[in-house]
Amino acid sequence: MATTLLRRSTTFKSSSSSPLSRLILSRLHASESSSTKSSPASSSTKMKTFSIYRWNPENPTKPELKNYEINLKECGPMVLDALIKIKNEIDPSLTFRRSCREGICGSCAMNINGCNGLACLTKIEPNSDSSMITPLPHMFVVKDLVVDMTNFYNQYKSIEPWLKRKNPPEEAGKEYYQSKENRKKLDGMYECILCACCSTSCPSYWWNPESYLGPAALLQAHR
Amino acid sequence: MWRCVTRGLRSHSWKTSKISPISSSFSRLFSSDSSYTVVDHTYDAVVVGAGGAGLRAAIGLSEHGFNTACITKLFPTRSHTVAAQGGINAALGNMSEDDWRWHMYDTVKGSDWLGDQDAIQYMCREAPKAVIELENYGLPFSRTDDGKIYQRAFGGQSLNFGKGGQAYRCACAADRTGHALLHTLYGQAMRHNTQFFVEYFALDLLMDDEGNCQGVIALNMEDGTLHRFRSKSTILATGGYGRAYFSATSAHTCTGDGNAMVARAGLPLEDLEFVQFHPTGIYGAGCLITEGSRGEGGILRNSEGERFMERYAPTAKDLASRDVVSRSMTMEIREGRGVGPMKDHIYLHLNHLPPDVLKERLPGISETAAIFAGVDVTKEPIPVLPTVHYNMGGIPTNHYGEVVTIKGDDPDAVIPGLLAAGEAACASVHGANRLGANSLLDIVVFGRACANRVAEINKPGEKQKPLAKNAGEKTIEWLDKLRNSNGSLPTSQIRLNMQRVMQNNAAVFRTQSTLEEGCHLIDKTWESFHDVQVKDRSLIWNSDLIETIELENLLINACVTMHSAEARKESRGAHAREDFTTRDDEKWMKHSLGFWENEKVRLDYRPVHMNTLDNEVESFPPKARVY
Ligand SMILES: Cc1cc2nc3c(=O)[nH]c(=O)nc-3n(C[C@H](O)[C@H](O)[C@H](O)COP(=O)(O)OP(=O)(O)OC[C@H]3O[C@@H](n4cnc5c(N)ncnc54)[C@H](O)[C@@H]3O)c2cc1C
Ligand code: SF4
Ligand code: FES
Repeated sequence: MATTLLRRSTTFKSSSSSPLSRLILSRLHASESSSTKSSPASSSTKMKTFSIYRWNPENPTKPELKNYEINLKECGPMVLDALIKIKNEIDPSLTFRRSCREGICGSCAMNINGCNGLACLTKIEPNSDSSMITPLPHMFVVKDLVVDMTNFYNQYKSIEPWLKRKNPPEEAGKEYYQSKENRKKLDGMYECILCACCSTSCPSYWWNPESYLGPAALLQAHR
Repeated sequence: MWRCVTRGLRSHSWKTSKISPISSSFSRLFSSDSSYTVVDHTYDAVVVGAGGAGLRAAIGLSEHGFNTACITKLFPTRSHTVAAQGGINAALGNMSEDDWRWHMYDTVKGSDWLGDQDAIQYMCREAPKAVIELENYGLPFSRTDDGKIYQRAFGGQSLNFGKGGQAYRCACAADRTGHALLHTLYGQAMRHNTQFFVEYFALDLLMDDEGNCQGVIALNMEDGTLHRFRSKSTILATGGYGRAYFSATSAHTCTGDGNAMVARAGLPLEDLEFVQFHPTGIYGAGCLITEGSRGEGGILRNSEGERFMERYAPTAKDLASRDVVSRSMTMEIREGRGVGPMKDHIYLHLNHLPPDVLKERLPGISETAAIFAGVDVTKEPIPVLPTVHYNMGGIPTNHYGEVVTIKGDDPDAVIPGLLAAGEAACASVHGANRLGANSLLDIVVFGRACANRVAEINKPGEKQKPLAKNAGEKTIEWLDKLRNSNGSLPTSQIRLNMQRVMQNNAAVFRTQSTLEEGCHLIDKTWESFHDVQVKDRSLIWNSDLIETIELENLLINACVTMHSAEARKESRGAHAREDFTTRDDEKWMKHSLGFWENEKVRLDYRPVHMNTLDNEVESFPPKARVY
């Protein structure tokens, strides 16, 4: 579903990339396994094309997918490394969020080859010669890969994500005891990094972002 | 699918709200294609930064009833505090008997006697209170069998003033303590009515003619408007500047902005030459493997399989202080006992630890090692290398968090209205070398101290002097110039040059010739910044421009770091000189102050506070530092 929607709303840059874009389109319909074809290995260069969603609000034409070709041999292993390389060496105006580059801050959530994920933890697929990178689906785009997270954050706030005690402390400044077993119940409940990958991949959230809180907020509320 | 088109229609409701009469005159200032909307705000207090330090300060201020704004270039939970793994030190005594004085002794010794003992006393004494407060806020600490907060062993921590063996003092939430702490604090902040300005980039301080701080000017990244925040107190909590180096455990956003704002305002930066290299950054990727991994029993081995730390630190071994371990690893590599095809790194072994301990206490790093080093920690060692990790230096403050400078013969002159906390500040509790898990402590203790200090001095709603008509004008001119800069060097190129110079010339070991060359090269790199090229001219989310401002900020930090290091002719803590191998208390037991004047570094010095706050503890006189 995501892929069909994708095609509808983007136009491809016609000049440099028409054969490539056709390739991407066919790839999107192909199953994962049949689409990976290994490119001839050469020692010092291994080129790969990234098709990246671009939209500049100050020049509001239609959004487009722009192609950038980089040498994977001179690039780190993650998709974020590729984005940074493109920004540093080809097009400084390419805009995306990033901070920790180790999957803990939740800044770099985006849609990579049709799946939501963190760019800094997603390995560049070495065996295909192109990848597509687009913003988190169904969010307002601010610019390129940066989306407006306001609604998501407000939903988080709306569940009042702070500790509430049934019986308030008798005296302040004292440690509460908690058994190892009870602490274990929190495992899997507190690790969320608010990246919004989950909520934005959920159709229910797409159509009703005002009313459905989404998995991230609900996980916190459950705590 | 992406709702880009409708977005423009979502109105910025505040736009109509608060535009001051001055703002229109500003817009006219730049008649060309660049006109800026300026919005004015007034708050009792403004906090810049929403990491642990900023959030703790904001919570405190709101609790005291101050109308508080918190400006941050990242959504709060994306701040780099989130990456802290190991934990937070406090003499809770949950694992064995403990005393905050022992913690204080370790911290003074760890600082190699460059830390201010009054500030260290304050921090260590407040520590148990601070950690229990966090627990009450709901921080999901790991637990002991009897339900208390679990505390692990960490580097440089001892019992009974170094005589009682390893201390278990570091309270943790598995290896995600920073994440748990930051999310807990953000939850608390939402309970109060702190106003958050998220993805606002603070540019400069607003100083009046008498040298008082009146607030900050910031850029709203979402739409390119400028905002002048007038406030009685301004608290800087902008974190470190690890990204001045090529390989760092820090996030891309650790660019020392607050430090640079202070430097541009003519105020000094203290002890920047002390840069901590963490012994165990993943080789290549730079991601951190917490010291807690050694606290849980991890061991460093060289190419001969030898546990070499036994030679360098017979007592503390792998848990010696970070500077000691980093230097020992560098020595091993230099002497040809590094591992890997290039013999240029070291192995950290966790594979002798029971898998369930790894799963319970170190789940995050097991994952990080798998993703970034392709290693299964239960079977193979992790390739590691000393990696830039923390800036001991920063904005000089006293133990209340107030920013200080030298004025005449007063080395502790307070700048009215300006405070600082966290990694950006230099209180100085870490001196020449920070102990692991003392930073999370620093940020909550001094974040809170700043709030308390403001409450002592000011009242909510107090009247404020108006801003000068042209306040912030210089900043806007500067911003406009940068945005339209049309030189020949892309930001990324200059940044890479700077990072290479810092990595090569201000490394674990330093000599006069590498540092002199470093000064020359970093000054050149600064000069080349005049030839910077910004391609993106837009105002909405112009990350090209933001990275360029961050680069200027990093360069100022880098220049001060290099010049301070060149001047300091001794070895102390993280500053290890091969030509001056010992500590020289007579000449160098003093804080370096670097001023940024006319695009050059000027150095001065102020004394270390050897005194304690009261007679609850006696000052620890300097002695040799062995582990
Ligand atoms: C990988 C790693 C692990 C660590 N582990 C530990 C540990 O186990 N124990 C420990 O004690 N310490 C640890 N540390 C150190 C500790 O995490 C940091 O020193 C501490 O979190 C810094 O907190 P802070 O609040 O000062 O700054 P940060 O958390 O870095 O926050 C800075 C804030 O300032 C804001 N900001 C910056 N510039 C601007 C600007 N121009 N305008 C507006 N806002 C701005 C940012 O948005 C951010 O909110 C670790 C550090 C790293 C890198
Ligand atoms: S629960 Fe959702 S928002 Fe949280 S980390 Fe997982 S995918 Fe991200
Ligand atoms: S950059 Fe922090 S999660 Fe990817």
